[in-house]
Amino acid sequence: MFRNVAELVELAVSQNKKISEIMIEQEAAVSGRSKEEVMALMERNLTVMEEAVERGIKGVTSHSGLTGGDAVLLQKYIEKGNFLTGETILDAVSKAVATNEVNAAMGTICATPTAGSAGVVPGTLFAVKKKLNPTREQMISFLFTAGAFGFVVANNASISGAAGGCQAEVGSAAGMAAAAIVEMAGGTPQQCAEAMAITLKNMLGLVCDPVAGLVEVPCVKRNAMGAANAMVAADMALAGITSRIPCDEVIDAMYKIGQSMPTALKETAQGGLAATPTGRALAAKIFGMPLKEK
Amino acid sequence: MKYRSVFDIIGPVMIGPSSSHTAGAARIGRVARSLFGREPKWANISLYGSFAKTYKGHGTDVAIVGGLLDFDTDDQRIIHALDIAKERGIKLNFIEEDAVTDHPNTARVMMGDHNGELELVGISIGGGKIEIIELNGFELKLSGNHPAILVVHNDRFGAIASVANTLAKYEINIGHMEVARKDVGKMALMTIEVDQNIDDQLLVELEQLPNILKVTKIVD
Repeated sequence: MFRNVAELVELAVSQNKKISEIMIEQEAAVSGRSKEEVMALMERNLTVMEEAVERGIKGVTSHSGLTGGDAVLLQKYIEKGNFLTGETILDAVSKAVATNEVNAAMGTICATPTAGSAGVVPGTLFAVKKKLNPTREQMISFLFTAGAFGFVVANNASISGAAGGCQAEVGSAAGMAAAAIVEMAGGTPQQCAEAMAITLKNMLGLVCDPVAGLVEVPCVKRNAMGAANAMVAADMALAGITSRIPCDEVIDAMYKIGQSMPTALKETAQGGLAATPTGRALAAKIFGMPLKEK
Repeated sequence: MKYRSVFDIIGPVMIGPSSSHTAGAARIGRVARSLFGREPKWANISLYGSFAKTYKGHGTDVAIVGGLLDFDTDDQRIIHALDIAKERGIKLNFIEEDAVTDHPNTARVMMGDHNGELELVGISIGGGKIEIIELNGFELKLSGNHPAILVVHNDRFGAIASVANTLAKYEINIGHMEVARKDVGKMALMTIEVDQNIDDQLLVELEQLPNILKVTKIVD
């Protein structure tokens, strides 16, 4: 079983395999299932992701009314063709938003690695799908590559906002997505690790400060930017840019930053955006009472 | 390593909005239900840390009750768990605790009916993954990664050996085992994680062994 990114990359390189293959083989060994069964289980998750994006693209609204409809706005904007960045990146952003809007509306999603960060991996996957025309099997492999990097983060740091802040959730998700994009685009296992490192470095310190404790504001837009970050970092890694700080050390830094982050900024709705005048007013309106002053 | 499967990372499929505060909470409730073995008549649910501060927004209370009703993380009925519990006459009480716990997402579930009670403490460690850290006053560490057998027994010599022998007879391999006790010579709890699912006949046989008081299983 690989314990860190260095071991994961080494396994892939020494056996001349992709990261996704290493993850599939490990899962089969640990679970006692065949590779085919493991692939089938992941395809079920892929289907849930597709359905969530389709639903979100058509437009949903959460019970609180705080989020919903932004994926639709962005899709319409893309159709007009006057965008400043690029179609693939905006498509990834809109599909990440779509997934998280469905999540906020208590719809069915697949956690990747968490529900609050569930938009980034599918958002980028379905956007690069248009560009790279992958087979169904390659799309499933994308999720295994993302999973392999998430597996390392979960075991060496954290994927919980309450334990490590948003950097542990959307930060991890964005790093996972960047690595998976690189593999699908034909990059090497080492380039996957570089993309993960570049992405996560730019998410370090991000706090978890949900308004009213809801997984809505700023979570949906953090997923949007997580997707954009992943896309750009993947392109940078594919261009041959490397991270001066190795991926495992970035993950370790994320863990330590999370530990030293105050509790008010770790999913307690007591600091950051949740504690702004507007954040407090929204919370009071939603719950019909003012939140306790801290 | 806390996480062993890629499906802990890409998964679970679940009802939003939070894997730790909704899906994990539902799983804590469902383990409590599984150990209790039947639907409770009442439940007192204490929430600590981030759970206590944000449970309304995340539907943590709703999800734990969904688990107590035996709903899985992707069961749409979770959304209506409080109403369903009310219809079924289950009395619920939620307590926001101020105490600081080791893990920010901690829940204590006390539940029961006229035949018995159960108290369990679970933590939700991220991405929907949970651990049970206390059961009826015994400290334990139950990852939920594998099927497990919980054996309440008298703290006497030979009790552990007899259980291990019976498992060997059924050709069941022990992956992880822990013993906790409150006082020397009093009641103790064996937590045994195994590699394959467990036959009910085995549980019956274990319960008939000397010094064994109660045997329950948790299916993978």
